[in-house]
Amino acid sequence: MLIGKPDEIPSSEITPRSVYLNRRKFLAGAAAAGAVALAGRAAGDMLRPGIAYADGAKLSVTSRSPFSTTEQMTSFEDITHYNNYYEFGTDKYSPAKNAQALRTRPWSLKVDGEVLKPKTFEIDDLIKLAPLEERIYRHRCVEGWSIVVPWDGYSLSVLINQVQPTSKAKFVEFVTDLDKSVMVGAREPVLYWPYTEGLRMDEAMHPLALLCFGLYGEELPKQDGAPVRIVVPWKYGFKSCKSIVHIKFVEKQPATAWNTESPTEYGFYSNVNPNVDHPRWSQATERRLGEFFKRKTLMFNGYDQVAGLYTGMDLRKYY
Amino acid sequence: MTADRFVRYSKPVVFLACLVPMGLLVRKGVEGLLGANPIEVITHSTGDWTLIFLCITLANTPLRRFLGLPWLVRYRRMTGLFAFFHGFLHSMTYIWLDQFFNVHSMAKDVVKRPFITAGFTAFVLMAPLAATSTAGMIRRLGGRRWRNLHRLVYVSACAGVIHYYWLVKADERLPLRYAAIVATLLACRVLLYFVDRRRPAGAPAAEHAERVS
Repeated sequence: MLIGKPDEIPSSEITPRSVYLNRRKFLAGAAAAGAVALAGRAAGDMLRPGIAYADGAKLSVTSRSPFSTTEQMTSFEDITHYNNYYEFGTDKYSPAKNAQALRTRPWSLKVDGEVLKPKTFEIDDLIKLAPLEERIYRHRCVEGWSIVVPWDGYSLSVLINQVQPTSKAKFVEFVTDLDKSVMVGAREPVLYWPYTEGLRMDEAMHPLALLCFGLYGEELPKQDGAPVRIVVPWKYGFKSCKSIVHIKFVEKQPATAWNTESPTEYGFYSNVNPNVDHPRWSQATERRLGEFFKRKTLMFNGYDQVAGLYTGMDLRKYY
Repeated sequence: MTADRFVRYSKPVVFLACLVPMGLLVRKGVEGLLGANPIEVITHSTGDWTLIFLCITLANTPLRRFLGLPWLVRYRRMTGLFAFFHGFLHSMTYIWLDQFFNVHSMAKDVVKRPFITAGFTAFVLMAPLAATSTAGMIRRLGGRRWRNLHRLVYVSACAGVIHYYWLVKADERLPLRYAAIVATLLACRVLLYFVDRRRPAGAPAAEHAERVS
C-alpha cells in the first residue's frame, strides 16, 4: 500500500526496513534466548526470513515520547496477527485477513457535538496536525493477555483543543466505521454496531491518551485500526476505539459497545485493575505474548500518573 | 468379512485417526506455527477436541440403535478415552501454564468462577469413567451398576458445554452449536427409553445382547 505522501526525509537516509526490523528482532531475540523455554520460538522467528510485514506507507515520526516504556516490544508479526476486531471476525486470527478489504482512503473524521468549532478532518490533514511521536505503550486486553506496542501519533488533546469544547462537553464519544460490505463480522449481531467507546473529558485530555495513526513507524495495519484510532494505555484494550469516523462531545456519559453488551462485566471506566476481577476471571495476572508464564498485572497498567483522575472514586463500583 | 473381524482390523485405524488432531497440534508447535499466543491455541484446541470426542462417544448409542449396527459399541470406549485424554491435557494447560500448580489460587477459582467450576466438574466426572473402562472393572461392577455410573457422561458433556458457553465474551455461536448437538444426542436417549419401554417384557433389549469389548 503506497500512498502518494512525500517523505520528509529523503528515503536514502532511512534505514532500510529489513535492517531496522532485523536489528530489533535480533535484540529481542537475544534477550529472550537467555531467559525461557520459549526462546526457541523467538530464535525460530529469526531464522525465518520470510515473515510477512505489511508494506505500509512510512510515517515521519520525529521523536520518541518520554512516556515510552523500555520493555521489550512485541513483534510486528504478533501485533498484526493477533487482533480483537469483532467487525472482522470474533477470533484473533480473522482480522488480519478480513480487514484488508477496508478502504482507508478517502477517510474523514467528523468532530462535533458540544464544541465551538465542529470540523470534519480529512485523514491526511489530521496526520499533519501535530508532529508524530513514537510511544511504546503496554497494551492490556480485558481477556488477560498483553503486548508492548510502538504506536505513532500525538496526544488526543491536540485534536480536542482544535475544536474548542464548551463547558457542556463532559464526555467524548468515539464511533468506529461501520461498512458491512467489508466488515464481515459486523453482519452478525454479536455487538450493537457501530462500535462506540467513550472517555470522560479529563481522561481524553490526559497527555497519555493518544490519537494514533501508526505502529512501528508506518501507517496502522488495517487489522490494528487504520487509519486512525485512539490508544488509552491505562484502560483495557477495548476502550481504545479503532478506525474512527466520528468523535462527539456530549454532556451525558455515552453508551459504549461492551458496556451495552454486558454491563456487569465491562464498565464504562474499565481501568486496568488487578484488584477488581472480571466476574468470570481474575485480572490479577496477564500473559505477555511471547512469555511462557504469566506476569502480575499492574494498577492502571503501570501508568500511575493517571491515578489523580480517579481520586475519591470507588474503583470497585466504577470498574 | 464378518462384523467382528471388521471391528478388529479397523480399531487400530480408528485409534490412529483419533491421534491426528493432537499430532497436528504438536507438529504446528514444533514448527512454531501456533501464532502469537501458542498456549491459548493449545488450550482451545484441547478443549474443543474434548467436546468433539464426547459428542462422538455420545453419538455411539443412537447411531447403532437407529442404524442397527450393534458392533459400533466396540469403538465407544476408545472414543470416550480420547475425550478423557484431551480433557486431561486441557486441564493441564490450566493447572500448569495458567496457574502454575498454585493450589490455593485454583481452589479459589473453582469456587469463585462458574465457568471453571463447570469445566472442573466436567473433567472430574470423566475420571471415574476412564478408571472403570476396563473389562475387569465392568465385570466387577456388574453391567447395571456400570451402566448407571457411566450415565455420568451426560452430566459431564452438559457441564463441558456450559463451561464453554460461560467463558466466551460475546460470540456464543460455537458453544451453542455444541449445545444443540449434545441436546440432540441426549434427546435420542429419551426417545430410545420410550421405544424400549414399549418392547414386550422379557424380550432382550439390543443393549443387553451386545458384548462390551
